Amino acid sequence: MMLSSVAERVYWLGRYLERVENTARLVNVYASMLLDLPSGSPIGWGLLVDITGCSDEYAKLHQSVEEKQVMRFLLAEGKNPASIINCANMMRENARTTREVMPSEVWEQINDLYLTLKEALTRTISRRSRQQMLEAVEADCQRIFGILSGGMSHNTAFSFIQLGRKIERADMISRIVDVGSISMLPAFARAGNKQQMTVLEPYENVVWMNVLRCVSGYQAYRLKTHSQVKGEDVVKFLLQDDEFPRSIGYCLNDLVHYLQKLPNNAEVLQAVARVRKVTTEVNISGLLQSGLLEFIDELQISIADIHEQLNNTWFKPVELRKSIRKSS
Amino acid sequence: MSIDWKSYSTGPFFDELIAASGKPRPFARTLATYLASLSNEELARRQEAVKHAIKTMGISFTVYSEAGNIDREWPFDLIPRIIPLKEWQLTCKGLEQRLHALNCFIHDVYNDGKIFKNKVVPRELILDSGNYRAQCQGMKPKYQVWANVCGTDLVRNSDGQFYVLEDNLRVPSGVSYMLENRTVTKRVFPELFENIEILPNSDYPSQLYEMLASLSPRDKIKPEVVVLTPGIFNSAYFEHSFLAQQMGAELVQGSDLIVEDDKVYMKTISGLAPVDVIYRRIDDMFIDPKVFNPDSQLGVAGLLGAWLKGNVALANAPGAGVADDKVIYTYVPAMIKYYLGEEAILPNVPSYLCIDPVQCDHVLKNLDKLVVKPANESGGYGMLMGPKSSKKEREEFATRIKANPRNYMAQPLVNLSTAPILIDDSVEPRHIDLRPFILQGKNSYVTPGGLTRVALVKGSYVVNSSQGGGSKDTWIVDEHVKPGGGSQSQSQSSRGAHS
Repeated sequence: MMLSSVAERVYWLGRYLERVENTARLVNVYASMLLDLPSGSPIGWGLLVDITGCSDEYAKLHQSVEEKQVMRFLLAEGKNPASIINCANMMRENARTTREVMPSEVWEQINDLYLTLKEALTRTISRRSRQQMLEAVEADCQRIFGILSGGMSHNTAFSFIQLGRKIERADMISRIVDVGSISMLPAFARAGNKQQMTVLEPYENVVWMNVLRCVSGYQAYRLKTHSQVKGEDVVKFLLQDDEFPRSIGYCLNDLVHYLQKLPNNAEVLQAVARVRKVTTEVNISGLLQSGLLEFIDELQISIADIHEQLNNTWFKPVELRKSIRKSS
Repeated sequence: MSIDWKSYSTGPFFDELIAASGKPRPFARTLATYLASLSNEELARRQEAVKHAIKTMGISFTVYSEAGNIDREWPFDLIPRIIPLKEWQLTCKGLEQRLHALNCFIHDVYNDGKIFKNKVVPRELILDSGNYRAQCQGMKPKYQVWANVCGTDLVRNSDGQFYVLEDNLRVPSGVSYMLENRTVTKRVFPELFENIEILPNSDYPSQLYEMLASLSPRDKIKPEVVVLTPGIFNSAYFEHSFLAQQMGAELVQGSDLIVEDDKVYMKTISGLAPVDVIYRRIDDMFIDPKVFNPDSQLGVAGLLGAWLKGNVALANAPGAGVADDKVIYTYVPAMIKYYLGEEAILPNVPSYLCIDPVQCDHVLKNLDKLVVKPANESGGYGMLMGPKSSKKEREEFATRIKANPRNYMAQPLVNLSTAPILIDDSVEPRHIDLRPFILQGKNSYVTPGGLTRVALVKGSYVVNSSQGGGSKDTWIVDEHVKPGGGSQSQSQSSRGAHS
């Protein structure tokens, strides 16, 4: 019998754990992509802030967009709700208030991850050690999910952790697809279009490769498609693939799997079906000509709606009074 | 260099591990020799391991201050305190006897009041008690047991004898630290557990669960047992969560529960689900805003009514604190005789009641030699430590005592026993006490050992964690069992700790 309040906290635990992992990977991949692009390219650090959805918070704190400030903002800034340290703190608080439903190692690992991260972030970090630190964070998050999958009963609490994780993941994938939009910047324009600069055209592949790397999907993509990295194929892979766990299609399958174990799931399942419709009925090659931004917006709104339905169905205690169930 | 026991001086106090001659007591020899065999580097490594274990396990307590509530890591000394099994077995009997009599007393208070009619305890004392709950009059909880979980504080005086300092019958805390201290010690000194027969204490959560389940008002195979916590900002939240986790019970806050038609339900993802037993870690005054403190956000409206109707069990029962009062405490030996017809196995610390004019006069004349305690405070607050007080403090206390004699009692200063703690690479004595935990439901149970609290400040007698106290692992050791072949006799002796 799962308390609504506990269900809500383990759901957010799943979300924050996934968010910490995703942000760590995203920052690393993005930094390495910038190293590959020619100096003087118009692609800078600002886009990274945009992807995390916190440009407004950033603008309040900083006038200019430079590597050092952006990194501080994304990793250690207390005023950025999406900074890794804040997400790790929220993850820890949710774990601390749900220790009773999880194996004790999970709390120990989460606590350790938070404390290590907190200590590491008080120092100034060189590029090299930053990369190592973020890789360690990714590995720690995966280990924690590993302990959960391998050591925790796959019960209701586990389902809620997984729901949080998959919704967060789908949301992050939608943001990462957005990175591809930089390949449509004027600097990337085809040689055929004489009015515009062509300096970055050879780098279009680099961008899409890095989009895949943001979800550790480069190898999986190559294995699946046996072809060059092309924008259209990458977007299709990230939206619709049903074998690669970091594609939206796969996340939706997982969501359905875990939702089917829960009571009163109809409305949430419908919300998942709506996301599926958005991702499968889209004309991808057309998108890459125009309309990608609008599409991503629509996608994110539909993903956010899964969360709304979930919240209404299971977390809001007021709603419960309607469905008094007195089991014997 | 490493630990040198010869330089350890016990002074006028009883030391738990080292005899006055400077030699380790027989049951502490293996431990003392082992510790002395470790190099300074090795000791430092073990200290580091302790710190790391405590940090990772997230063992913390909350300190309230004006700057906000801070989660501090649990201060832990790695040298265990040892009590020989034979002594412990008698102590256990004394603890069970005591709680048994206290429960008879509480039940009597709220029902027939025989002990008043027979003039063993004055009725006025109860009606004046801040912990008496008139609403509970006439209630008959299952097994007639009101205090299901008790933490009794024991101190050893310089005569080497255990005395009862107080009984905590409301929401005693600390048992999770007792368990975690053992886990830490096992991580840090696994070798010692091979060579010494130490009674395990890890059974507590299942004993607690069994006891709680035995209180269920419904005859069901699996009752719904929940732990009710005030929430994350409470200093004992760690313990609430720990116990819920170890018992496999739901950890709930007031907002997770609702009372309808005098029945308690919890709000779950599938709707409302009935609750049978509530291990509440919230004070009486906050459990039900309809009856007690109306501003309480922590409790559940209607909870007391559901309990009075017998639809839910509350542990400890509301009103049980009536016997958790420093003045009532002085009557416990008389209660044991009155209800059980037995002599108290564990003595009280001699006490003077200020409500008695003769005794009060003695107290006022000897304030510089006595410890004065208010009847209803806990956690070491509001006390006067006579021998260490200033003239001004004594004058203030004299005024307070005269204004409200019922609220004060005094005791001679107990010269708390000491045990060695590790400071860098040397050992120094510090004062300690012991809080064993006693359960009573259908059956009784006493933890093998308990929580040993240490006054970390040199010469200090204050062991409370909120005031600079730390703790130690507590070992009950069977000295007659040879290591290796003793598993069977160990399980027998641990059974000796039950009733």
